[in-house]
Amino acid sequence: MNILKTLVGAAALLGSATLALADGHADFKPAVIFDLGGKFDRSFNQASFEGATRFSEEFDVEFREFEIQSDAQREQALRRFAEQGNNPIVVAGFAYGSAMETVAAEFPDTSFAIIDMVVDLPNVRSVVFNEHEGSFLVGMMAAMKSETGKVGFVGGMDIPLIRKFACGYVQGVKAANPDAEVFQNMTGTTGAAWNDPVKGGELAKGQMDQGADVVYHAAGGTGRGVLQAAADAGKLGIGVDSNQNYLHPGNVLTSMLKRVDVAVYNAFKDSMEGNFTAGFSVLGLAEDGVGYAVDENNETLISEDMMKAVEDAKAKIISGDIKVHNYMDDNSCPAS
Amino acid sequence: MDLAELYQLLGTTLRLATPLLFACLAGLFSERAGIFDIGLEGKMLAAAFASAAVGAYAGLPPLADPFPGQLSGWGLGWPAALLAVLAGIGASVLMALLHGFASITLRGNQLISGVAINFLAAGATVLIGVTLFNLGGQTPNLPDVSRFKEITLPLAETLRGIPLVGPFYADVISGQNLLVYVGLATVPLTWWILFRTRFGLRLRAVGENPGAVDTAGINVARQRYAAVILCGVLCGLGGCYLSMATAAAGFGDEMTAGRGFIALAALIFAKWRPWYALSACLLFGLLEAISAKYQSLDIGLFEIPVQFMQALPYILTVVILAGFVGKAIPPKAGGVPYVKER
Repeated sequence: MNILKTLVGAAALLGSATLALADGHADFKPAVIFDLGGKFDRSFNQASFEGATRFSEEFDVEFREFEIQSDAQREQALRRFAEQGNNPIVVAGFAYGSAMETVAAEFPDTSFAIIDMVVDLPNVRSVVFNEHEGSFLVGMMAAMKSETGKVGFVGGMDIPLIRKFACGYVQGVKAANPDAEVFQNMTGTTGAAWNDPVKGGELAKGQMDQGADVVYHAAGGTGRGVLQAAADAGKLGIGVDSNQNYLHPGNVLTSMLKRVDVAVYNAFKDSMEGNFTAGFSVLGLAEDGVGYAVDENNETLISEDMMKAVEDAKAKIISGDIKVHNYMDDNSCPAS
Repeated sequence: MDLAELYQLLGTTLRLATPLLFACLAGLFSERAGIFDIGLEGKMLAAAFASAAVGAYAGLPPLADPFPGQLSGWGLGWPAALLAVLAGIGASVLMALLHGFASITLRGNQLISGVAINFLAAGATVLIGVTLFNLGGQTPNLPDVSRFKEITLPLAETLRGIPLVGPFYADVISGQNLLVYVGLATVPLTWWILFRTRFGLRLRAVGENPGAVDTAGINVARQRYAAVILCGVLCGLGGCYLSMATAAAGFGDEMTAGRGFIALAALIFAKWRPWYALSACLLFGLLEAISAKYQSLDIGLFEIPVQFMQALPYILTVVILAGFVGKAIPPKAGGVPYVKER
C-alpha cells in the first residue's frame, strides 16, 4: 500500500512537473503564417521562415507555422492561431491586410505583426521596408556595370509598392550615370502578374533587344523568367527580396535584399522580452533592413570601384546626405 | 518605329502565338470530331507541369547532400528533354482520355467535363508540385539540357544583307526554338490530315453526321477517341512549350494564364479551319506582343492607358465573336453524344 502511495505520489509529482514545464513553454508561443508562395519559395516566405528558425535555434523556443493554400485561408488561419493562444503571430505579405484588420480587432490581447502592409490597430506592428533605398544601390551597380548605358526594370503587378522599387532604381541609375536610359515594364494589373514567368521573360527579352544589358526585377514568381532570359542572352539580371545570386551564377549581378527574416526575428524577440511595440516600423539601410547581396556567385562581377561607390552612397543615404525619393510619399517619381 | 523594332515585335508575336497555335489546333481536331473541348487550358497546364517536373528530375545533376527544397536529379543529358516532352504529352493525353471517357463512353455533358478538367488540372498540379518540390507549387528551374533553346537557322547572317527579307529571315524566322517550328509545321500537317486523308474525312464526318458514318460501318466512338487523343498530344506540346521553351524554365501555378481560352476564341474566329487558325493565333499573339511592348501608347491627343492595352486581346475576342467574322457555324454534331440505338 505504501509503495503504491509513493508511486502514485511520484507519478503525480512527475505529472505536475511536466505540466509546469509545458506551461513554462506554453507562455510564449510565437507563430508565423506564410503567404501563398510557400515557405521554400527561395524568396519572401523563405526569408520569414529563416528568421523564425534563427530565433527558435537561438532561444530554444518552438514556433508554430502554417502555409496557406488559398486566399480564403488567410482569415481562417489567423483566427485559428489566435484562438489557440499563439502570441505573437507574424504574417508575411501585403495580401494579409484585410484579414489582419478583422482578426486583430477580435483579439486585442494578442500581438500581431504584418510585413509589407500597414494595419492601424493598437495591437499590430506594421513592418515596412525602405525598398527604394536598396533599389537605389542596385540601380547604381546596374548603371556602372552596363556597357550600353541602357538598363531595364520589370515589375510584377502595377501597384505603388512596385513603383517604389522602380523609382528608387531609376534614381540610383541616374546617380551613377546621368545619361543612362532605363526601360520600365510592368507585367500586368492583376494578381496573375506575380506568376507569369513566360511574360516576364518576354518583357526582359524586349528590353534587351532595345539594348539593355542589366535587368532588375521586382516581380515575385514572374522574375524567374526575367533572370532566365537575362542568363540565356548572356546578360545580367538583378534579383530581389532574398539572395537570388545562386540561381544563375555569373549572370545575376546582385540581389536587392529585403530582410524579412530580421523583421520576423525582431517581432519574436521583442515579444519574448516584453518589448513588443505596435505601430509603424520602418526598416531601411540604417537598420540593415534592406541591402544588396555579394557572395561567391557574383563577387567576380563587382569591381572594387563599384563596391566603393555603392558603399559610399550607402553611408550617405544613412547619414541623410543623399535623399532617395519614396514613390509612396506622393505617388510620383521625379526621375524616369 | 523602325524596321528593326517591327521585326522584334514580329519575333515576339511568333513566340507568344505558338502555345495558342498548339491549343487551337488541338481544339480543332476535337471539335471537328464533335467533341467540344473547353478543357484545353487544363490539359496545357497539366502538360506544362508534368514536363517541368520530369525535366527537373531528369536534367538536374545528382547531389550528395541537398538542403531542404533543393532537388537532387538524375543528371541525364539530352534524353531529359525527350522524357520531359513525353511526360507532358502523356499527362495531357490522360486528361484528354478522361474527357473522352466522360463525353463519348458515358455520353456526359462535354462542357461540364471540360470545366472539370480545368479545375482538376489547376488543383492537381499545385498539390503534386508542393508534395514533390516544396516550392509552393513551382518546380525548380530547369537546367539547359531539359529546355528548348533558340536555334539559328543556316545562312541567317549571310542573308542579312538582303534588304527587308534578309533581316526578316535573320530576326523573325531564325533564332526561335524548335517547338515554334514544330508548331508552324503542324498547320499544314493538320490541313493535310483533315482534308486529304481518309482518316480526316471520317473525323470530320463524325462531327457533322455520326449517324451516316455509323451506317457506313465505321466505329464512331473509336473515331472520336482518336480525335480526342490527337487533341491531347497537341495540347501536350503547347504545355511543354510554356514550361520548356520559354524563359519560365519551369512550372509556376496557373502559368497558362488563360491561353487555353484565348485559343478557343481563336478557333471560333477561324471557323474551325487550320490556316485561319494560324492567322487568328498570330493576330492574338501580335496583340499580346503589342500590349507588352507598348505599355502606354501616346497617340498625340491623349495617352492610351496600360490597362486598355492589356485588355485589348480580350476586347477583341468579344468584338470578333459578336459578329465581325460573319456566322461561325460549328460542326453540326458538336456537343452531342452519339447514341447508336434508342
